[in-house]
Amino acid sequence: MSLFTKFASLAAQYRQLEEAGANPFNVSFDSVLSPTEAVLKGQKVLLLGTNNYLGLTYDPAVIAKAVKATELYGTGTTGSRIANGSYAGHKELEQALAAYFNRKHGMVFSTGYQANLGMLSALAGKDDHLILDADSHASIYDGARLGYAQVTRFRHNSPEDLDNRLRRLKDVPGDKVIVVEGIYSMLGDTAPLKEFAAVKRSYPDTYLVVDEAHSMGVLGENGRGLAEAAGVEADVDFVVGTFSKSLGGVGGFCVSDAEGFDILRVVTRPYMFTASLPPGVIAATLEALHQLQTRPVLRRQLTENANRLYNGLAALGFTVGPEPSPVVSTVMPSPEAAFAFWARLLHGGLYTNVSLPPATPKGLALLRSSVSAAHTPAQIDHAIEMFAEAGREMGLIPAAGAKSQDEPVLAIAK
Amino acid sequence: MVGDIREIIFETLRSSLPKPVEITEKTHIVEDLGLDSVAVMDFVMEIEDRLDISVPLDKIAEIETVGDLIAAMQNLKAGS
Repeated sequence: MSLFTKFASLAAQYRQLEEAGANPFNVSFDSVLSPTEAVLKGQKVLLLGTNNYLGLTYDPAVIAKAVKATELYGTGTTGSRIANGSYAGHKELEQALAAYFNRKHGMVFSTGYQANLGMLSALAGKDDHLILDADSHASIYDGARLGYAQVTRFRHNSPEDLDNRLRRLKDVPGDKVIVVEGIYSMLGDTAPLKEFAAVKRSYPDTYLVVDEAHSMGVLGENGRGLAEAAGVEADVDFVVGTFSKSLGGVGGFCVSDAEGFDILRVVTRPYMFTASLPPGVIAATLEALHQLQTRPVLRRQLTENANRLYNGLAALGFTVGPEPSPVVSTVMPSPEAAFAFWARLLHGGLYTNVSLPPATPKGLALLRSSVSAAHTPAQIDHAIEMFAEAGREMGLIPAAGAKSQDEPVLAIAK
Repeated sequence: MVGDIREIIFETLRSSLPKPVEITEKTHIVEDLGLDSVAVMDFVMEIEDRLDISVPLDKIAEIETVGDLIAAMQNLKAGS
């Protein structure tokens, strides 16, 4: 198999995980019971790594809408919106998203990944410039690769470095498109969006795209994400997001006030050349969006749970991300330690994620958790207790009763 | 300046490696130094700061050896 020889060293590592019977990249649930519980190899597990921020996947109203739409309009659209037509629900969802974000236009994609592919490849053309935060998600890097723009990256969350990049391009023709995220999915840190917006304003022909995938439904008075929380929505030209986190479904979107926005429908290849979302997903997403807007209590519960887990793990002596958020990652000393820790937690009935470089920043090996509004405080406390036991057993944190260190062993700069 | 760029690259490369490795212009950045794609981009960022240039990602993707890197930086600096 000469085609696969280039993957030899990766394949060896993967095989090792399989042989150890604990491969975090090949988990298959027997069944899922609720937003917070599933069955894995016959064992009931607590889910602490599903990005199901508002816990809406089993909401009775969301399910009812999905069922009704499926019965009425069928299981799939069997085609793309350009070639085979839109259903009423697609337009309705686009209008609902635009209205929610107070924008003129909305466009729905079949996944969040495709939303970034589609938007970034279409917005920045051959003579334009894409300027990405260095810690951007793979979908942002891939979107940049799909298009023809010149792509450079600036230091993660550094307004000064963004300014440097824009300054160097000052006399270079072409539009400049800055791309940042609301909450970064690996360490759960937020972007200094107010400062980024100020830098953007100081240069002509410069646009700002914010990916609110992990911050929609999480941040802001109305859950519109980091731009709302930072009070800079007017400076954000395009908001990209997903239906597969807070909204509990699958799909992606972009909303904007940009004049002529609808032309994107016939130039954005990841929108044009793929099947549109099935009616059941569209109807469920519309209902989930409605719930997100009408049940602010979900956001409060989510924030309380996030703070509870973050503070609990930090107090035990784990090195956590720079700020509390629904993504709570603990830094592991090595990938091997991350695998062992992950397997230890799973064995005890707690499901989390392992994240490794190059998907993680600064070469960090991470044990990643994400909390849901659906978690009870007792579930969060149980998870913390399991982290404590596993951490002490593996010597990652001080023994019970010992005075915790003033400085974590591994520090992460914001 | 040409010699300076070469020196800056060698210096930055040495200081960003976990342990000392002999580096020549023929050194292959990924294979010989064991840097992954993100580590390469991070290391290029250090050089960008030192030289006050921006290196497009497609240029970074073309770079295989330290010699390629030096040549690319010299071209970009000359054009800036």
